[in-house]
Amino acid sequence: MTSLLAELRGLSVSYPTAGRTAFALREVHLDIAMGERLAIIGESGSGKTTLALALASILPPQARLAGRIDWPGLARAPVAGRDVGFVFQDPGSSLNPVMRIGEQVAEGARRHLGLGRSAGLERALSLLQRVRIPDPEAALRGYPHQFSGGQRQRIAIACAIAARPRLLIADEPTSALDMVVQAEIVRLLDGLVREEGMTLVFITHDIGLASGFADRIAVFRDGALVEAGATREILAKPAQAYTRSLIAAHIDFASPRLIEPA
Amino acid sequence: MQPLLAVENLAKTFRSGGRRVTALDDVSLTLGRGETLGLVGPSGSGKSTLARVLLRLVAPESGRIEMEGEDWLALRGKALRERRARVQMVFQDPLAAFNPRATIASALADPLRIHGTAGRAERPRRVGELLERVGLSPDLAPRAIHEVSGGQRQRVAIARALATNPSLIVLDEAVSALDVSVRGRILELLAAIQKTDGVSYIFVSHDVAVVRVIAHRVAIMDAGRIVEMGETEGIIREPGSATARALVAAVPRLHR
Repeated sequence: MTSLLAELRGLSVSYPTAGRTAFALREVHLDIAMGERLAIIGESGSGKTTLALALASILPPQARLAGRIDWPGLARAPVAGRDVGFVFQDPGSSLNPVMRIGEQVAEGARRHLGLGRSAGLERALSLLQRVRIPDPEAALRGYPHQFSGGQRQRIAIACAIAARPRLLIADEPTSALDMVVQAEIVRLLDGLVREEGMTLVFITHDIGLASGFADRIAVFRDGALVEAGATREILAKPAQAYTRSLIAAHIDFASPRLIEPA
Repeated sequence: MQPLLAVENLAKTFRSGGRRVTALDDVSLTLGRGETLGLVGPSGSGKSTLARVLLRLVAPESGRIEMEGEDWLALRGKALRERRARVQMVFQDPLAAFNPRATIASALADPLRIHGTAGRAERPRRVGELLERVGLSPDLAPRAIHEVSGGQRQRVAIARALATNPSLIVLDEAVSALDVSVRGRILELLAAIQKTDGVSYIFVSHDVAVVRVIAHRVAIMDAGRIVEMGETEGIIREPGSATARALVAAVPRLHR
């Protein structure tokens, strides 16, 4: 039997706006198993990013939370950055542009693992190797602008896993990248969580991308959970019409063409 | 038959922090009337620079562009202003491409006014027609751009591109930022418009699977060069270059 890392019970998140209350998430019940790779699928306005922020306890202060998130897999309430690592869509804005890469990657390890300066940099070096940054020794002294978008996302992943979190949340980590780099980043994340025994929550709008590596899929729409289940089950026998429409909207080489060959 | 567009030996380099970056290196291609050419490549491969050169937003260092039988790069002043109506562009993010506080009516009336396509009295009717052509209700005309959904906004961007009756529309990642359920409908709209009025498209994308749906032929770009060009299905089936192989391999397949 797999043990649970987290249990979401009736989780709602709302924002007070101009006299009324706008719900970003409504009464979500969802389990996250220890060590699984869970894909959260949704279009804009589905609440998928709100869910990610709520899991990492980094919702904006005006957000109102109802319901519960329990963490049976942790001995205490999770500390952001320590127990939960977060990879954002745009590494250009999540990395500090005027701080050396080595210090940024070491920061989480120093703060949460109590490492000193040189031990922190040593950890940063090994993390940069793990995320396959070319010439990691030189990269330690570099700045974000000296790296490509894909390499910056690798560095952001190194930052996110620096304190050895149990849960890694990646919110559309490849949407700003081209597809070749996207495939590399997904392969990297998948490998890292397997090797480190981390749990991965991967937020994406792309059900095809998720189908390639996620153990389970949870589909969200308008702030509500539509359905959740094993990836193979959801793809083969989607119970909900909305899931069927997302599967039908996926474009790959089996999709019909809209033109007559010239 | 004479092609709509013939591009020969375009070259362009940019200077970036003292270094020279080759954006276009000996790029040649042709495009027929009513044809869609996909332009695919990784970030920085030169596809957006090529799109901007075609729109005369960036000047190449050398090379030649023939558009509807004219020397496109030689056009100046009034002649250029007139011909600009023939080539339009749709960008990835319509919110960034419009004045967000403008109404849909004014966003569509501007090109009609600037290019003299329709007189003042005629414009409201033309705006309504343009909205209907892209599957929107003419009732949306008084709404502000920022009030409508992303898909509706991209339809307005397509309507604006159509306003001057162009023979070529450059679509620069025009469906990349849309929700998947909206993306398919926009692709269908583009294909239907091409079928009825024979407009040609250059469809810039990093997603070769989306390009296959809409483009008759594809040019694969890398480091400023076209490394491979031909019928889309053929290149996907048998990619001849490492770049095309990587692009094809990177497409997420639905695992059922």
